[in-house]
Amino acid sequence: MALPGIASFLVTIGTLACIWGLLALGLNVHYGYTGLLNFGHVAFFAAGAYASAVLTMPPPEQVSQANYVIGLDLPMPLGFPVSLAVAALAGGLLALLIGSTSVRLGSHYLAIATFALAGIFEDVLVNETWLTNGTFGMNSVPKPMRETLGAGGWQVAYLAFSALCLLGVYLLLDRLIDAPFGRLLRGVRESEDAARMLGKDTNLVKLKSFAIGGAIAGFAGGLYAHFLGSVVTEQFVAGVTFVVWAAILLGGVASSSGAIVGAFLLIAFQQSTRFILTIYGWIQSVLPEPLSGVLPAIFAPLPDHPSFVPSVRFIVIGCLFVLVIRYRPEGLFGDPNEVTVMGEEE
Amino acid sequence: MSVDRAETETNGDRPEDSTLLAVDGVVKQFGGLVAVDGATFGVEAGSITGLIGPNGAGKSTLFDCITGVYTPDAGTVTLDGEAIQGLSPNQVAARGVGRTFQTPKTFRGMTVRENLAFAAREQTGERALGALFRPGRVETEETAIQETVDETLEFLELDHLAEEYAGGLSGGQRKLLELGRVLMMDPEIILLDEPVAGVNPALTDELLERLHELNDRGRTILFIEHDMDIVMGHCDSVVVLHNGQTLAVGPPEIVQEDDRVVEAYLGGYD
Repeated sequence: MALPGIASFLVTIGTLACIWGLLALGLNVHYGYTGLLNFGHVAFFAAGAYASAVLTMPPPEQVSQANYVIGLDLPMPLGFPVSLAVAALAGGLLALLIGSTSVRLGSHYLAIATFALAGIFEDVLVNETWLTNGTFGMNSVPKPMRETLGAGGWQVAYLAFSALCLLGVYLLLDRLIDAPFGRLLRGVRESEDAARMLGKDTNLVKLKSFAIGGAIAGFAGGLYAHFLGSVVTEQFVAGVTFVVWAAILLGGVASSSGAIVGAFLLIAFQQSTRFILTIYGWIQSVLPEPLSGVLPAIFAPLPDHPSFVPSVRFIVIGCLFVLVIRYRPEGLFGDPNEVTVMGEEE
Repeated sequence: MSVDRAETETNGDRPEDSTLLAVDGVVKQFGGLVAVDGATFGVEAGSITGLIGPNGAGKSTLFDCITGVYTPDAGTVTLDGEAIQGLSPNQVAARGVGRTFQTPKTFRGMTVRENLAFAAREQTGERALGALFRPGRVETEETAIQETVDETLEFLELDHLAEEYAGGLSGGQRKLLELGRVLMMDPEIILLDEPVAGVNPALTDELLERLHELNDRGRTILFIEHDMDIVMGHCDSVVVLHNGQTLAVGPPEIVQEDDRVVEAYLGGYD
């Protein structure tokens, strides 16, 4: 049985928000707790998604427009946890690789290096057709238990599973950050010189942080691949990184709950503003007769162009950010004591 | 207790004349500029040694060479007979060299308590897997660490600020906090870069008193200082650095009489 339109929409938003929440948790380990300016987060997300796709896609002979060579066709649903674990591993390993070359760099240099490396990784995904099927994408990623549960039931079950994953990662991180490990990360964030002089191997600490955040992003990638049933290069562009950045800045840096709330708000906002016109039509239809001229009069001066409303969404998101930065620079859940000094050297 | 050396060898078993830290012919160049030019001196175990010299004499660079920030272009630095030049700062620190900075580098977004606990050595909970899978051990260690933190806070009379963020402390309090953080490492030798510069007179006396108390408990201290009264009044031994070279080494009253020292640095001091 399929869900009715609005319910299906909400469930989809919820699942996406959980996945983006995971991405935000990962980036928050990098920037929030360790002060690493990672502008290539999408690469770890993509690594996870492609790892899952390669593991679970049927062999190329069974798929039309298949240019890839490897499809391991892990059976569902037992292969599903394996696929997610490998996705996390792929994200973590890529982070380790990128980190081992560039984590020594100072803050903004690291931002440039990670941004560039993520760009290169995107090019690799487009061009290494044998592995990724190029721009056609891998479009037969299995949705575990889809047949058993039916379309609607599966959507709800996947939302529940995603939420559970988000909660699990949140609790795991909570434990890590509360432990001396978290103190170590935050000390490195505050002053690398001092941390080194106190006997801590800061490069190793940063590398670990990078790998943990990367693994979380990779895990999110696996979850995303099995949710959509397809993995295409154009889903993994730099824009994803910036949405995740926006989420953690909105929710509050160095706060795991802030990162999740930020991701939920941003996804909800992004997705729901698609329906501005629908909402407009609905309000217009329920307004009593004498008021029916009001809304058209207000909005009449605006251009009547199909791309107008989608463009306004960006303006609205931009305004939202200006407001947060002006009135609550630490974000919704951030601690101003921790955040005001970030990135500043004494 | 952290403020005492864990092993009593430094003031107990060690012979009186032994050298804990030896700097021998250290050279550090930056392009054409020779910042340190063959500096040679030793720091006796259990002593308070002052390192003085005019601005640009190479004092801070020398500290950087000792603590691994720079690798000397020539010469050796030995701690307890083992060469430590060329090691990374964290390795040097792990060997037992604690160092503070001219401008304190505290962890401002962390509380005073967290600042101190950070510096404790060999914490199981600092490893991700240890933090996740060995909660019992981490907790036992953490209890011990927090006890040491409390003792150190009390010793430095910072206990009332334990839960404050370091970013809110005054300059003098930050210097005390930095000293406390170094003590948490239980170092063999403490290097202090201008520990009382910019600190108000009352807190200066307090800081010096703490240094003497630490020294009485067996810690070796080497510090850079410009204030002659402090150097002459509080050091067992003085090293004078001039143009990157050691001009004189010895007890303050003898160094004070050295004509070259008077000419190079002390000027009208008497």
